[in-house]
Amino acid sequence: MAVTTPSEVGAQPVRAGRRPLLSSSRLAWTGTLPFLGYVGVFLLLPTGIVLWDAVHGSSGGFDFGAVSTLWSSSTRSYFVNSAELSAITSVLGAVLGAVLSYAVATGNPEGLIRRLYLAGSGVLAQFGGVTLAFAFLITIGPTSGLLLHAGWFYDFPQGIGLIYVYFQIPLMVLVFLPAMDGLKAQWREATETLGGSAWQFWRYVGGPLLAPAFLGAVLLLFANALSAFATIAAWENQISYVVPQQIGTALSSEVGLSSVNQADVLALGMIAVVAVVMTGYTLLQRRTTRWLR
Amino acid sequence: MTGLHARRRRRVNAFRYVVFTVFGLFFLLPLLAMIRFSLEGSTGGSWSLSSWGQIASYAGPPPLLSGVEITLELAVITCLVVLALLVPTVIWVRLRVRWMTRLVEALCLLPLTIPAIVLVVGLAPIYRVIRQQFSLSALQLFWVYAVLALPYAYRALAAGLEGVDVKTLSEAARSLGAGWFTVIWRVIVPNMRQGVLNAMLLTGALVLGEFTIAYLLLYTNLQVTLFYVSRGTPNAGVLFSTSSAALLFAFVLLLILSYVGRARGRQSERSKVSK
Amino acid sequence: MTGVEVSLRGLHRRYGSVVALDGLDLTLAPGELVALLGPSGCGKTTTLRLLAGLEDADGGQVTVAGADITHVPSNKRGMGMVFQAYSLFPHMTVRDNVAFGLKLRRAARAERDRRAMEMLELVGLTEQAGRYAHQLSGGQQQRVALARALAISPKVLLLDEPLSALDAKVRAQLRDEIRRIQLEVGTTTLFVTHDQEEALAIADRVGVMRDGRIEQLGTPTDIYSRPATSFVAEFVGLTNRLHGTVAAGSVNVRGCVLPLADPATPDGQATVLVRPEAVTVVPSGPLTGTVIAVTFLGASSRITVDLGDTTVLAQLPTSEATALPAGSAVALTIRPDPVLVA
Repeated sequence: MAVTTPSEVGAQPVRAGRRPLLSSSRLAWTGTLPFLGYVGVFLLLPTGIVLWDAVHGSSGGFDFGAVSTLWSSSTRSYFVNSAELSAITSVLGAVLGAVLSYAVATGNPEGLIRRLYLAGSGVLAQFGGVTLAFAFLITIGPTSGLLLHAGWFYDFPQGIGLIYVYFQIPLMVLVFLPAMDGLKAQWREATETLGGSAWQFWRYVGGPLLAPAFLGAVLLLFANALSAFATIAAWENQISYVVPQQIGTALSSEVGLSSVNQADVLALGMIAVVAVVMTGYTLLQRRTTRWLR
Repeated sequence: MTGLHARRRRRVNAFRYVVFTVFGLFFLLPLLAMIRFSLEGSTGGSWSLSSWGQIASYAGPPPLLSGVEITLELAVITCLVVLALLVPTVIWVRLRVRWMTRLVEALCLLPLTIPAIVLVVGLAPIYRVIRQQFSLSALQLFWVYAVLALPYAYRALAAGLEGVDVKTLSEAARSLGAGWFTVIWRVIVPNMRQGVLNAMLLTGALVLGEFTIAYLLLYTNLQVTLFYVSRGTPNAGVLFSTSSAALLFAFVLLLILSYVGRARGRQSERSKVSK
Repeated sequence: MTGVEVSLRGLHRRYGSVVALDGLDLTLAPGELVALLGPSGCGKTTTLRLLAGLEDADGGQVTVAGADITHVPSNKRGMGMVFQAYSLFPHMTVRDNVAFGLKLRRAARAERDRRAMEMLELVGLTEQAGRYAHQLSGGQQQRVALARALAISPKVLLLDEPLSALDAKVRAQLRDEIRRIQLEVGTTTLFVTHDQEEALAIADRVGVMRDGRIEQLGTPTDIYSRPATSFVAEFVGLTNRLHGTVAAGSVNVRGCVLPLADPATPDGQATVLVRPEAVTVVPSGPLTGTVIAVTFLGASSRITVDLGDTTVLAQLPTSEATALPAGSAVALTIRPDPVLVA
C-alpha cells in the first residue's frame, strides 16, 4: 500500500516522470498528484518558507535571534493590541451574532428574511475589507459631514473595533446558525412535558448543548480578527497598532533591504497563535457535530 | 388564537422583529450612507448619478476601470482553476482512494488556519520568481487566489457530492465502456451541478473582495485601486459608487446561491426552536 | 398505582385552512391503553399534542381525573411523553436523562438517582446507565425515553409513534415490552401509530381516525372483524373487493351467500369487502381458479388466486399452502361472516 503522510506531500509534491497508472489500484492515489502538487507549491511551500526564514539569519545558519524579538517589548505590544482587539470584537460579535442567529433560526427556514440575512452575512463576513472602512468613514468618520460624527472614530480599539464587530456578527451567524438549527424541537418539548420552564430549558438543555459551538465560534472569530488586514489598513495608514499591519510594514521595507526576516518572525508568531486557537475550535466543533447533527 | 402558545409565539415574534430591525439598521446604515454619498456628494443638496457614471471613466490616479477588469478576469480564471483542480480530485478520492479523504479535506481547510497575511510573507519570494520567469501581470494572482478559495469550494463540492451515489454511477458508466475522464466530467459532474455552481459563486465573491495579498505583493486589483483612490482623493464619490456596486454584486451572487443551493436533504428534517 | 380517566371533548384544531381536528371526542378509562390509528394527516398526532399541551385547541375541552386542564401549560400537566426518535438529551448520560424530570422538580440527588435506576431496571437497561445516547441502539434509546417519561410518575403516558424509526424485529419486541410495562405501572396511555398491526397488538381499544374525527373506536377484535365502515376495513387489513348481488339483506358473491353487516342495504349490484382469512380452500366449491402467487408470512401464508376475471387473496396455514404451488388449480369458498358493502 502506498501511504502518503502530510509531511511527504510537502517534501515531494510533484514527482514528474513517473507515468501514473491510474487503473492500478496501488497507484490510484497518484490521481491526486496535480492537487497535491498545487497545494504543495502555493500553500505548504510558502508556509515552510516562513518557518524556515524565521529561524535562519542572513548568514544562512540557524539563528533564533530574530525569533527572540517576539518577546521584545515593542513586538509584544503589537501582539497585545491584536489580542485585545480580537478578544473584544470576537466576544461582542459572538454574543450579538448568537442573538441574531436565534432570531433567524426561529423563523421560516425557507423565508425571505433568512435568505437575506444569510446572503448578507456571506457578503459582509468575507467581502468587507477595504469597503467597510470606507462605509464607516462616510457614516461616522470625521470627514463624513453627513450623518453622525463620532470623535473616537480613529481611536484604538473602539473605532476600528466597531468596524470589526460589523464583520464579526455576520461571520458568527454563518458559523453558529447550523448549531442553532441543530437544536431539535423534541428536546424543547421533552423538557416541557417533563415539567421544565423556558428558563430551565436554556439552563439545562439548550445552553449546555450550544456552549461548545458558541465557544468554538468565539475562537474562530478571534482568529478572524487577528488575521484581518484590509480593514485596518484602509482605516488608518499612519500608525501600526496590530501584528498584521506590522507584517505589512516589514514586508514593504524588505523589498529594499533584502533578507531582514522581521516579517517572517511576526508571521511565525501569528501561525503559533492561530494554530492554538484553531485547534481549540476544531475540538469544540467535533463535539458540536456529534450533539447537534 | 388564544392560549399560551399563541401568546408565546407573539412574544417570540415581537422579539424577532425587534432584533431584525436593530441589526438591519446597524448593517444597512453604513451601506446607505455610502450609497447616499455616491449620489449626493459631500456638498449636499444636488443629487446626481455622475459618480456611478465615473466607474467606467474615472481616470485616476489610479485608473479605476483597469482594476475592475483585472478583478473580473481574475474571478473567472480563479473559478476555472479551482474547478479543474478540485472537481476531479474530490471525485477521484471518493471513487478510488477513500483513505485520502481526510488528507485532502485537511489540506483544503488549511487556508483557514494560515491567514492571508501570513501566507503572503512566504509567497513573496515565490512571486519574485513568477515575476522574473513568467509575467508581471496582476492576473498571476490567480495562483494564490485558488488556494484561498479552497476551503469554501471544497465544502460546496463535498456537499454537492454527498447526495450522489458515485460508486454506482461510475460502475454503471464503466460497464458501458466509459473511460475515467467521461465518468468524472460527463456522468458525475452533471449530477453535482449545484455544488459546482456554489463553489464558483463563493470563489467569485472571494476574488471580488480580496485586498491583502494583492496589496502586499504590489499588484493592483479592484480593492487596491479603491484603496489608492481613497488615499489620493479622500471622499471621491466614485469610491463609494464602486464600493457599493461591488458589494451589491456580491450580495446578489450569494442571494442567487441561497435560492439554487437549498435542495439539501438535511433541510427537510430541520427542526425549529420556538421557545 | 392506578391510572386516571382522561377525556377529550369536542376538540377543534385548524392550521390555516387545513382542519386537523374536527370535533374529536375520546374518553380513556383509568389504566387503559388506547391506540389512535390512521393515515398521516388524519389528526392523530395533533390529538396527542393537544393532550400534552404542546399545542392549543381552537375549541373543546381536555379533562384529566375530572380536572379541566385545557388551559394548563404543558410543563404543569405531568404528562410523560415518548417521541418518535432522537429526543434524548445528547449531552447527558442515560441516568441523567431519566432523572431529568425529577431534577426539574428539585428532588434530591440521591432520590433522583434511585428513581432513575429503578426505571432503568424496569426497561432492562441498568448496565447502560453511564452511557450517552449516541452509544445506544435505536431500540435502547426509545427504552430510555420511556423510562424518562415514566420517572416523573406521569398522570398519562403519551407515545407518539415511538416505534416507527426502528427496524421490524426490534419494533415487535419493544412493542410487547411497552405493553408489559404499561400494565405493570397501570398508567392511562395514549399511543399514536400508523401501523395497524402495532395498534391491534398493543391496545385495549383502538380508535381509527380519518379527517380529524374518530371513525370507529373499539377493541382490536371489534375493529378487525366488525369494521364499522369500509375505510376502517381497508385501513385495518388487506381486503378483497368482490362484486355481488344484494337481495333481501344478504349478498350473493359468485354463488356464496353472505350476510350483510348492514341489512338495510338496498337490493342490486354492490362491491363487498371480504377478508383473506374468510376465504378458505375446499376440495370443491363455488369459486375455482389457479394459484398465481404464494406469500409466506410465517405460520400462515397468503395465496393469490386468479378467478379468470379477477383475483382474490386467501389466507391459510402455511402447511396447507405448501401443497399449492403457483399453477395449481384450487377451489375456494367464503365463510359466511357479515360483510361490508364498499
